[in-house]
Amino acid sequence: MVLSANDKSNVKGVFSKISSHAEEYGAETLERMFTTYPQTKTYFPHFDLHHGSAQVKAHGKKVATALMEAANHIDDIAGALSKLSDLHAQKLRVDPVNFKLLGQCFLVVMAIHHPSALTPEVHASLDKFLCAVGNVLTSKYR
Amino acid sequence: MVHWSAEEKQLIASVWSKVNVEECGAEALARLLIVYPWTQRFFSSFGNLSSPTAIIGNPKVRAHGKKVLTSFGEAVKNLDNIKVTYAKLSELHCEKLHVDPENFRLLGDILIIVLASHFARDFTPACQFAWQKLVGVVAHALARKYH
Repeated sequence: MVLSANDKSNVKGVFSKISSHAEEYGAETLERMFTTYPQTKTYFPHFDLHHGSAQVKAHGKKVATALMEAANHIDDIAGALSKLSDLHAQKLRVDPVNFKLLGQCFLVVMAIHHPSALTPEVHASLDKFLCAVGNVLTSKYR
Repeated sequence: MVHWSAEEKQLIASVWSKVNVEECGAEALARLLIVYPWTQRFFSSFGNLSSPTAIIGNPKVRAHGKKVLTSFGEAVKNLDNIKVTYAKLSELHCEKLHVDPENFRLLGDILIIVLASHFARDFTPACQFAWQKLVGVVAHALARKYH
């Protein structure tokens, strides 16, 4: 699966649109993921996961920042996320299935806050991008 | 049998009561065909699916989307009996239509995004949970009679 020029342009467009809300959307994405897919909470036993948790806000910011980084270096996502890829492989070892769940929740957040921006074409490009990010983060697992 | 809390039932019913089945159905199916283009393999008789614009405007896509979401309404009406409700449809999808059940999961995820875009903040995390659970149960029921 390869990102076309259109995909890259669509993704960059979305992220420039949401850059000022990135942290907020990152936190909401995580909250929705924990609520919708409770099994994802197993990776955060050390977190306060109540609504409004400062830890979830902070972690949402990290996730959003990483996605923005990937979008800003969309021609070399593997390079941009190399350290994160190492971290997930060596330390975090989040099962690959969970990246899809996070991606789904991110798309839901986009649909809620920017429904008119999430045209079917943009939706397709974003979905591909999120798959690509997940692939990079799990690429060194074995 | 799936257990639904009173809150989950209420969240499902409340969203469903406001859904325009024709519009949402058409949009969900169109998005499925656009976001996951390999799903077009089941619709070679639908005519022009050559671009997102063609897909969105395709009257067969619209009609079939309405049909699919109308059928989904049966699950909403029969939350405590979804397996039985979809037994025949499950056989049909296996024996006649030859649809990989993974596609039911894909469509379910797309439907969630369509609902989110229409209901915005009213599509709370609790709502998303209830609906994600429902689409999962429907997908499971549709796959249940496969052999």
